[in-house]
Amino acid sequence: MRHILSVLLENEPGSLSRVVGLFSQRNFNIESLTVAATDDETLSRITITTSGNDKVVEQVTKQLNKLVDVVKVVDLTEGDHIERELMMIKYKASGAARDEIKRTADIFRGQIIDITPTTYTVQLVGSSSKLDAFIDALETANLIEVVRTGVSGIARGEKVLSI
Amino acid sequence: MELLSGAEILIRALQDQGTTKIYGYPGGSVLHIYDALFQQDKVEHILVRHEQAATHMADAYARATGKAGVAMVTSGPGATNAITGIATAYTDSIPMVVITGQVMSHLIGEDAFQETDMIGISRPVVKHSFTVKHPTEIAEIVKKAFHIAESGRPGPVVIDVPKDMTNPTDKFEYVYPKSVKMRSYNPVSKGHSGQIKKAFDLLINAKRPVLYTGGGVIIGDACAELIELAQSLNYPVTNTLMGLGAYPGTDKQFVGMLGMHGSYEANMTMHHSDLILAVGVRFDDRVTNGLDKFCPTAKVVHIDIDPTSISKNVRADVPIVGPAKVVLQDFLKQLKASKTKPDAEALKTWWKQIDEWRTRHGGRYETDDSELMKPQQVIEMLSKVTNGDAYVCSDVGQHQMFAAQYYKFDKPNRWINSGGLGTMGYGFPAAMGVKVNFPDADVACVTGEGSIQMNIQELSTCSQYDIPVKIICLNNGSLGMVRQWQDMNYESRHSHSYMESLPDFVKLVESYGHVGIRVEKYEDLEEAMRKAFAMKDKLVFMDIKIDPHEHVYPMQIPRGSMRDMLLSKTERT
Repeated sequence: MRHILSVLLENEPGSLSRVVGLFSQRNFNIESLTVAATDDETLSRITITTSGNDKVVEQVTKQLNKLVDVVKVVDLTEGDHIERELMMIKYKASGAARDEIKRTADIFRGQIIDITPTTYTVQLVGSSSKLDAFIDALETANLIEVVRTGVSGIARGEKVLSI
Repeated sequence: MELLSGAEILIRALQDQGTTKIYGYPGGSVLHIYDALFQQDKVEHILVRHEQAATHMADAYARATGKAGVAMVTSGPGATNAITGIATAYTDSIPMVVITGQVMSHLIGEDAFQETDMIGISRPVVKHSFTVKHPTEIAEIVKKAFHIAESGRPGPVVIDVPKDMTNPTDKFEYVYPKSVKMRSYNPVSKGHSGQIKKAFDLLINAKRPVLYTGGGVIIGDACAELIELAQSLNYPVTNTLMGLGAYPGTDKQFVGMLGMHGSYEANMTMHHSDLILAVGVRFDDRVTNGLDKFCPTAKVVHIDIDPTSISKNVRADVPIVGPAKVVLQDFLKQLKASKTKPDAEALKTWWKQIDEWRTRHGGRYETDDSELMKPQQVIEMLSKVTNGDAYVCSDVGQHQMFAAQYYKFDKPNRWINSGGLGTMGYGFPAAMGVKVNFPDADVACVTGEGSIQMNIQELSTCSQYDIPVKIICLNNGSLGMVRQWQDMNYESRHSHSYMESLPDFVKLVESYGHVGIRVEKYEDLEEAMRKAFAMKDKLVFMDIKIDPHEHVYPMQIPRGSMRDMLLSKTERT
């Protein structure tokens, strides 16, 4: 099962490598990982999507907590949460395909953020499955390049992750 | 306020931390530190002959005292040579602070001479690591390093020090912090009272209980509490390889070590129990055997300071995260207040069963079929000659298992071995690390002719610093444990497990100024060993020829349950 883990950690050199290293060392998988400083610049927040059975995810969470740099870990998928990912996707856009890409982007509420006579670059924000659906909706023959940020997530309502 | 260089700050911080000995090897990037070391006399430095030995000495000091040992090495090869020692300490949760030199800050990443990314290389085998980015950070980093190394589940901490951080001409104010506060690191200080109550109810009502305890009880200083609890309840106790000595080995409630080469009675007791109180253990694969067949009738109460150990391999019915000492004290309080008493009838039946198991095997081995000395006889003699009171520092292999099985440890911190990583070459430097800190104690290194050669260069260190350890070398001319597996699983094809071209160990040690004694017959053993231990100020190397065909038994049958064991070459459960 897929889990989204949010990790607050000391924003220090090497702390990210400890987190990433842990996953390969313990044979856990990372599907995506995003990281940036928070409003408190001494703290970074990492969002990791991983998958595994409950026992594996329990170990991942415990092992993350054990890292000396890690301040807090929550599994967002344990409660109501919002997840978003940003994708920029570049298509060959000429002839009939040009209109089709524009229409599909509109349906998915994406924006075309770069245009040349032969290409469109679409920006799309949403859950990972929405981004997957967009890719599936268009002819892959025209697809040139995809870049995705990986998932960021936050709990709904009053719940917050802070120190 | 006095002004000190980074190098002086580092040494002063070690002094203020109470460090009296460090083990190390100088080199380019630590020269400033070595110069500061030279100009003081509170911290003694012992120069090893290979950095691995420095880390093992620091590690063994920690195992014998519970306090973090300190090793210091230079950058590049000095640091990489220390890795095996750091990993050894990490796997066994041993507190240690390792100071590694690093090239100057502006050269980092330039592939400079003797540069290696020590923080990166050591990352999977340290509890934490620090890079010094300014000399004024050094005192606080040292304080934090010791705090992290010694608290919670202990482990090694690396401090990587770029050479320019120790420049003798740059001086700074020195203050050693009184305490450490880290928002991201707060080890638990007590167990959850609700869980303890639940666990106690299971414990007091058990019909076939067993206490299964490990290295966490020793490093967590909880042996007295364990003994009181076990004896108040009259429950059987088994120790892991790392936990030997936590409960007196000669006491009648002790059923021996458990696991792959555990005693028949310990493994049978575990398998048939209805309650396992596991304290400071991690249900290692060398203990549990096949996980799907592990102790089918037992409920498990697991006490550990590290939540990752709990339910990692075996699911705990009642997990308790906390320091062994504090949690066991809480159990003792519950016991004193409890109206329920252990079920005496059930216990009587249980002990009767355990005693029957004891008579079935009870650590016997065959001596009559060969002229050759048995390794078990040597260990039993060592136990006798040292009155069971020596520090026994073991290498890795058959001799390690024989020592664990046949030396009766009545005190904690006396059995010093690389249990988790299984580092050959550990025993000799470990014995040195103990001996320099306990000069009046009997310190034996139990080894084989394979393991000893992995750090034999330290004979020279022992000459320089007069470190009179006793090396008990069980010489069977082959890598015994490898050979045993080849006998059992590879139709005795002894692929590269035979040691040709062994040195004449007696002459070898004599060339360093030590004493060598060769023993080939059992009837000469006692006298020779007594002579060796009587030479208080001499390192004595006992080269003892033993039966090369001997196997370690009992031996669990792979992927079976705990009770599935080979008891001899011809007998199985």
